[in-house]
Amino acid sequence: MSEFLQFLFSGLTVGAVYALVALGFTIIYNASDVVNFAQGEFVMLGGMITWFSHAAGLPLPLAALVAIIATAALGVAINKLAIGPARGAPVVSLIIITIGASVFLQGAAQLVFDKQIHSFPAFSGDTPLRFGGATIQPQSLWVIGGALVVFVGLWLFFTRTLLGRAVLATSNNRLAAQLVGINTNFVMTLSFALSAGIGALAGVLATPITLTAYNVGIGFALKGFAGAMLGGMGNPKGALAGGFLIGLIEALTAGYLSSTYKEAAAFVVILLVLFFMPQGLFGRRSTERV
Amino acid sequence: MPKLTVKSATLLVLAVLIAVTPFFFPSGYYYRVGALIFVNGLAVTGIVILTGYAGQISLGHAGFAGIGGYACALAPEYLGLHPALAMVLGAAVSAVLAYLVGRPILRLKGYYLAVATLGFGILVSMVLNNERDLTGGPDGIAVPELGLRGVLKDWGLNLSNGQFWYFFCGIVLLLGAWIALNLYQSPTGRALRALHGSEVASGTVGIDVARVKLQAFVISAVYASVAGSLVALQNKFITPDVAGFMHSIEMVTMAVLGGAGSVLGAVFGAGILTLLPQALTVLAEYEQLVLGLVMMLVMIFLREGLLPSILRRLRGRGE
Repeated sequence: MSEFLQFLFSGLTVGAVYALVALGFTIIYNASDVVNFAQGEFVMLGGMITWFSHAAGLPLPLAALVAIIATAALGVAINKLAIGPARGAPVVSLIIITIGASVFLQGAAQLVFDKQIHSFPAFSGDTPLRFGGATIQPQSLWVIGGALVVFVGLWLFFTRTLLGRAVLATSNNRLAAQLVGINTNFVMTLSFALSAGIGALAGVLATPITLTAYNVGIGFALKGFAGAMLGGMGNPKGALAGGFLIGLIEALTAGYLSSTYKEAAAFVVILLVLFFMPQGLFGRRSTERV
Repeated sequence: MPKLTVKSATLLVLAVLIAVTPFFFPSGYYYRVGALIFVNGLAVTGIVILTGYAGQISLGHAGFAGIGGYACALAPEYLGLHPALAMVLGAAVSAVLAYLVGRPILRLKGYYLAVATLGFGILVSMVLNNERDLTGGPDGIAVPELGLRGVLKDWGLNLSNGQFWYFFCGIVLLLGAWIALNLYQSPTGRALRALHGSEVASGTVGIDVARVKLQAFVISAVYASVAGSLVALQNKFITPDVAGFMHSIEMVTMAVLGGAGSVLGAVFGAGILTLLPQALTVLAEYEQLVLGLVMMLVMIFLREGLLPSILRRLRGRGE
């Protein structure tokens, strides 16, 4: 039982990171119908910029803030410079543009920073907490708490604020939103900033556990994408659940079956879900208009 | 002058390119680069059939290249097959696998299809990386000599290793291009192009959408598999990188860069993306930066790909 609890904790920890990435995917997908494959790079940048600023002498909280703001600005830049000009392009082109952005950011990161693996101290020390025979790092609680706080924050934003409703309106019908006076360009900017900022936050929270380097982004992007798909693309609840599920499946596979194939398990599950429930767990079945 | 059809024009241009460029090679090394371009061109021709003709995306085709490559390493050792037969076996395994995987996967569209194929590719690369006893793991595995060069030598045709692979891959590429171009004009090709336009509409005029999609998927898998085999046989060595995610992305990028709708464009794209790292070896640190930039710029400004954009400009000036 304590063994299971241990796997559960580690699954929830990585799952929370995947959930944050998946939420980032969801926000951009809803606002623009684009799946942003550069989402993982935001996580990388969050970790790398924090490490860099911290090493340059900034206190950790300030360094984290700098990282989140800088990454959010980069997200906006990607929208303005790369995705915006290609509006209406076929899915294949959009996939290549965002993968291009991801490759570009990786290349830039290895030039601006370096190719080493980095970390910074955990926020509340390294003394593990004990729960029913298993242990959990305080940093894990930060990661899991972070994911839940972001989710609740997003939920409040989208349901309780005028601006959040404007975003929802834009994702439902762009033209109609414009007609009722919503500044859809601003909504796009906001969505990319929000999504990149959340990605960077995931990087800040996770780096003390998972470490960071210029090339960690693609792994986070794939798992986060998988989580978002599993939950049903475009559904925030689905993204949260999907991200946590992918993390749990990975951890349980690593614990009980084989640690080398833990990532395989996640993808096998995704393939099965796509075969039998092509809209994901929480997605709604939709018909395409011709 | 009788007007050339697209098919004969494409084949002619390719054949002339393959035959003439070696006269301009400053050193034997360029045969190797040329062979690499042809192999990539072959894999990308498969993507043209799947993405350019049928409008379906795959982010996992490197998985089939991996199967083709490792077939050439493993089948001679464990089944005692000749490497050439191993290549055929690899293609057959890829085709069967593409059929089995494609049946459920191809019901999906757009991003869902992308993630499903991506998952498949990652599974293949994971098996190749982790089954060390069989595949040698991430360090790779040796591949036996094809032996055709020796046969040609006996017949009095003495080619250097680089020359042999240059012309051999060139001929296979021509063959692949010929098949793809024939397919384009065949009823299946028309059906594929129709479903690219609209799946629902092509269904209503009696096209078995699921079946032709699956055909395109299987054919393009065989292309990728043969390309993987050729790389393995030429290098006499193979690593799991051939099946990696980045390789899948490269294939799609090459196709779309040159112009996914045409075989010549795809080979053009393969040429550029193969030459880019060679040209940037001095600036190896900037390779990723430049690759990412090229991917974005071409997709934003030359949406139909480089070659069609250039051709249109030339034509526009002529009139």
